[in-house]
Amino acid sequence: MAAFLEIDRLSKRFGDLRVLDGVSLAVEEGEVLALLGPSGSGKTTFLRLLAGFETADLGTIRAGGRAVEALPPARRGFGMVFQHYALFPHLTVAGNAAFGLETTGASREEIAERVAEVLALVDLAGFEGRRIEELSGGQQQRVALARALAPRPRLLLLDEPLSNLDPELRERTRRELLEAIRRVGITTVLVTHEQEEAFYLGDRVAILWRGRLQQVGSPEALYERPANRFVAGFIGRSSVLPGTVEAVGEGGRCRVRLAAPAAAREAPVWEALLPPEPEGAAARPGAPVELVVRPESLRLLPRGEAAAGALPGRVAVRRYGGPLTYYRVVLDGGAEAGEGVRVIVVLAPAGAAAGGEAVLVAPRADGPPPRAFPAAGEAR
Amino acid sequence: MRVLLAGAALAAVLAWLVGYPLLVTLLEALRGPAGWTLEGFRAFAERPDEWLALWRSVWISVASVLLSAAVGVPLAFLFERAEFPGRRVLGALVALPVALPPLVGVIAFLFLYGESGFVPRAIQAVTGLDDPPWRLVGAWAILLVHTYSMYVYFYLFTRAGLARLDPAHAEAAASLGAGRLRTLLRVTLPMLRPALAGAAMLTFMTSLASFSAPYIFGGSFRVMTTQITASKLNGEDLAAQVETVTLALVALAGLWLLTRMGGLSFRSGAVRGVAPARRRIASAGGRAAAAAGGWAFAVLLLLPHLTLVLISLVPPGTWTAQAVPPVLDLSNYRAFLDHPERLRPVVNSLWMAGAATFAALALGLGAARAAAGLKRRAAARSATRGGPAGRGPLLGRALEGLLALPWAIPGTVFAIALATTFSVAAPWAGRLVLVGTPWILPLAYLVRSLPLTGRSAIAGLAQVDPALEEAAASLGAGRWRTLRRVVLPLLRPALAAGASLAFITAVGDFVVSIVLYTLDTRPISIEILSSLRVQDLGAAAVYGVLLAVASGAAFLLWGEERRERRSGAGAGGAGA
Repeated sequence: MAAFLEIDRLSKRFGDLRVLDGVSLAVEEGEVLALLGPSGSGKTTFLRLLAGFETADLGTIRAGGRAVEALPPARRGFGMVFQHYALFPHLTVAGNAAFGLETTGASREEIAERVAEVLALVDLAGFEGRRIEELSGGQQQRVALARALAPRPRLLLLDEPLSNLDPELRERTRRELLEAIRRVGITTVLVTHEQEEAFYLGDRVAILWRGRLQQVGSPEALYERPANRFVAGFIGRSSVLPGTVEAVGEGGRCRVRLAAPAAAREAPVWEALLPPEPEGAAARPGAPVELVVRPESLRLLPRGEAAAGALPGRVAVRRYGGPLTYYRVVLDGGAEAGEGVRVIVVLAPAGAAAGGEAVLVAPRADGPPPRAFPAAGEAR
Repeated sequence: MRVLLAGAALAAVLAWLVGYPLLVTLLEALRGPAGWTLEGFRAFAERPDEWLALWRSVWISVASVLLSAAVGVPLAFLFERAEFPGRRVLGALVALPVALPPLVGVIAFLFLYGESGFVPRAIQAVTGLDDPPWRLVGAWAILLVHTYSMYVYFYLFTRAGLARLDPAHAEAAASLGAGRLRTLLRVTLPMLRPALAGAAMLTFMTSLASFSAPYIFGGSFRVMTTQITASKLNGEDLAAQVETVTLALVALAGLWLLTRMGGLSFRSGAVRGVAPARRRIASAGGRAAAAAGGWAFAVLLLLPHLTLVLISLVPPGTWTAQAVPPVLDLSNYRAFLDHPERLRPVVNSLWMAGAATFAALALGLGAARAAAGLKRRAAARSATRGGPAGRGPLLGRALEGLLALPWAIPGTVFAIALATTFSVAAPWAGRLVLVGTPWILPLAYLVRSLPLTGRSAIAGLAQVDPALEEAAASLGAGRWRTLRRVVLPLLRPALAAGASLAFITAVGDFVVSIVLYTLDTRPISIEILSSLRVQDLGAAAVYGVLLAVASGAAFLLWGEERRERRSGAGAGGAGA
């Protein structure tokens, strides 16, 4: 498989604000890439640059080996599904689906045939004559997809494709959307702020923050091997514990002494993993770090039980959640120790502790190890 | 970049059409044979008749506002709050005068209440008086006509305001012990303030600019508009220019004052709300009284126009001393077919109004689109930056301001400004000789129509999701195809409304035409005036009927669009 879409150092600023700052990315032919980021991260601008609605200050976009950044949107041959669908309210379902075909020189019969084909693809055969306002939100979403796919675009762009739907409809539509994309086999870039959506739809997920690409990888890689502090905190649930590096070992392993409450006799030391270069390079013994810990990497022990590195605390919130129960533990003396050592989130079996019980929190040997990131490291 | 260039080009065209003539007039008024001078303004200040005309313009306008409110507001309450037989039909009929050119209303009044009109004759026949009981002349005649044609603003604005009021406020007042009068004074009327202020502003501006009524009924009672026209027709160009500048300043000052007092903005849009339940009038007697009052008023309103039709059926020279015309036939209409030159003004009015409407539509749409594009660009930027949305970019505001300006400036002012600017051949200064050519009147109509087409285009565009244009582009549609297939179909209802109002304004125009017409381009209004001068009332009435028919047709066209839109075929906005 070859890279179909190659984006090199794409940059865009509005006034003195860098909305996109040197984003480079490659998308394989037939791949679905999900661009995930909080609002204001630059992901919408990225999509609009791809579509041609904005012009980049710097950088190149190549599709199928040809530079497209100088082409107007109408000549890029990219299909787009808009966040609010942007269906033409004065045209019927068939009129919307046929809109992009009318400039291709296709005959009336060919257009009708293709319209029937794409409407069947999104399971809307027989809806040709319907008016847009008669359709439900989910149906409108499918018309928007059919309209975008009808002219056989080289690339499909999806802008928050499910954000406009009710939660109960979202899951079904998500599945149908992925099925349609797979059946057509089209290279797709989608933008979303919902991690679940990105993980479900994307073969790979690209994390964008403050105009910069933070990490690109499979959902698994992003969760288990976050490249920096932002990704570690943004993907999945986690708690943050400040500390200092005590020793650095092989393969990024290290030992971190946690900042402990003043009352504690000795500060606990936890095993952790440093991120790959260049983030991990600064971690020498004595360097301040932040430990990002997944809730499933922790366990709860009754007070008095001896465990290495255990932190004393009290269960403040206990929410039953089937296989694993959610515990929110307020650590003893957390307030004096300062920033962030106050609470820690643990997923453990329902019987691990009762609400309000005094407990010990300790790392599990078998869970994904905590990650240590340079403390100053609000990654730029 | 493209939107900036287009915006700048359109702003330049608008500035040349709208702003530049006003500037030229101001400069001319300040220029003497030996350089800059305030001589013209000094002469103005020393003439008591100028001050009198100015004073009369202002007090007539204030009185028109009060009288129109006194008629329009109670009527709006009656039709919005009470339920009685015939309410819907009458409610629509009552709004009719807004669709007719002022001159038609004025001559209809003349035929009904004028010295030899129906009502004075009937009174003479009944009482046996030798002289007509009154003469329709002077301030009270002007005020009568103004009230008749301008109460509609208060009626429509108040009804719209009432329809938007949440009845819970009145209920809350009642639950706090307020009686009906107290609720009205302390809750309902204060909440109607924006609507009332809007109507007051419209009435004041219309009245200040009113020309037909003072011209026909004023006699020696001169207001600024008639004073300016008289000066111009007498060849006193400098005096006319100084008077024009003065009237423009008064208009702008009035607009500024009313805008501040009413807490209004130019673009205050309509807000949707829940309509309160209409109260069925409880007592049968009350219901009958409301119905009778409503019907009586509707008949009173329609009477002048019925009179117009009746007069058009009176053959020349057959109606002398009788109370009612003895003969009615179609000879006046037949005369039109026999003398094709009589149709000349009709053809003139139609093509000039048509051309002006078309051009105003194109220019208004172009400028509104450029302004919207600029605003969208700026908004996108400030949104990304997280800053406040702001009032939009300067160029966009300039475009909207230029589109709105002719609305704030009386027609007479524009007539003089255009006459001053386009009677000199100085192409390097953007001045051409257009006065005396067939082009000056369509140009003048175009300028006067711009606020109507421009505002409707701005309002229409605000309803169209910008993503629709991007969707069309992503589907391979170029700029023209996007305009033709997406933007224009969605704007159709708004543009139809703007176009029909623009056409009605242009086809019935009198105030600008009387300054700028030539013999070959004389429009219907001028021909009505000359028919009246030679006492050919039948011909004047026929022209009036034709004008009313042309305006009515344009109005109906708009109504057709609205109906279509309501049925859902052209609902704008996002499909979400």
